Amino acid sequence: MTGRLLSRGMIAGIAAALLAFVFARFFGEPQVNLAIAFESAKDLAAGEPPEPEIISRSIQASFGLLTAAVMYGAAYGGIFATIFAFAYGRVGRFSPRALSALLAAAAFVVFVLVPDLKYAPNPPAVGLPSTIGLRTGAYFGMIALSLCAAAASYMVSRPLIRRLGHWNGVLASLGVFIILVAAVQAGMPDINEVPTDFPATVLWRFREAALGMQIVLWATIGLLFGPLASRVLTAGADKPFARNG
Amino acid sequence: MSQSLSPSHLPASIAAPVALPIRTLLPWAAFTVVLSLLLLYFVGAEQGATSLISGHAVHEFVHDGRHLLGFPCH
Repeated sequence: MTGRLLSRGMIAGIAAALLAFVFARFFGEPQVNLAIAFESAKDLAAGEPPEPEIISRSIQASFGLLTAAVMYGAAYGGIFATIFAFAYGRVGRFSPRALSALLAAAAFVVFVLVPDLKYAPNPPAVGLPSTIGLRTGAYFGMIALSLCAAAASYMVSRPLIRRLGHWNGVLASLGVFIILVAAVQAGMPDINEVPTDFPATVLWRFREAALGMQIVLWATIGLLFGPLASRVLTAGADKPFARNG
Repeated sequence: MSQSLSPSHLPASIAAPVALPIRTLLPWAAFTVVLSLLLLYFVGAEQGATSLISGHAVHEFVHDGRHLLGFPCH
């Protein structure tokens, strides 16, 4: 049962990644190409030789992007199904579909939106090679701290709901999450390595596309995993009462 | 627990969700999380901040995905 549930998570993640790939191909790649053109023009003006192409641009923009998206989708699909497996029947009395949709929205906020608000996705030509260690550490650290803030606000939600009632208790625990995230983000180092002459429109469009890709991914996981999980959870003979999901 | 209730208390259409027991969840959860973190490492950090495989081929192959998925790159 659990294994089948988790494999359904990875399947939903991979299917979501295919849609996210299509979105990124149409909306992300043009901005990546503009950023690379900016980088090449700068290198040329500075008299530096162009960067050697180990993997051609067309492979990077097709099979490379597809592979990265599928690995990412499978990974977060698995993590998502794990969270779902713990939450089902423990967090509220939601049906599999409703819980899947709610958890996907929460996972998008915790794993993507909060880290990206502090360390926004950057196109090629933005970012100094010398700070890659700091930037990678700060980014993964931000994801971990966002997850900790979510766990803390979930833990205080139970006593808050008992004191304030369901609606106000949930709102108050969301408020706790926002306060924790704001405090953590204020304490984390600021990183701004955008070249002064980098076109603002390309940066904005790139970040829109990156966020859009994640919204496509998480919306698909949330809406697809629900019915898949519903079938797994209600198929078992050991669940005589749960005939519908 | 809903298992202790007789079926007449629970109409099938609004059956209460039955939680999966933690003990059966833990090994699967550990396996999935380790596998997922490994996948995320190769998409997001290999041959960037740290490197298990020498060269730049992995980084270059997932390059566009790494940028668009929001990981630091270069």
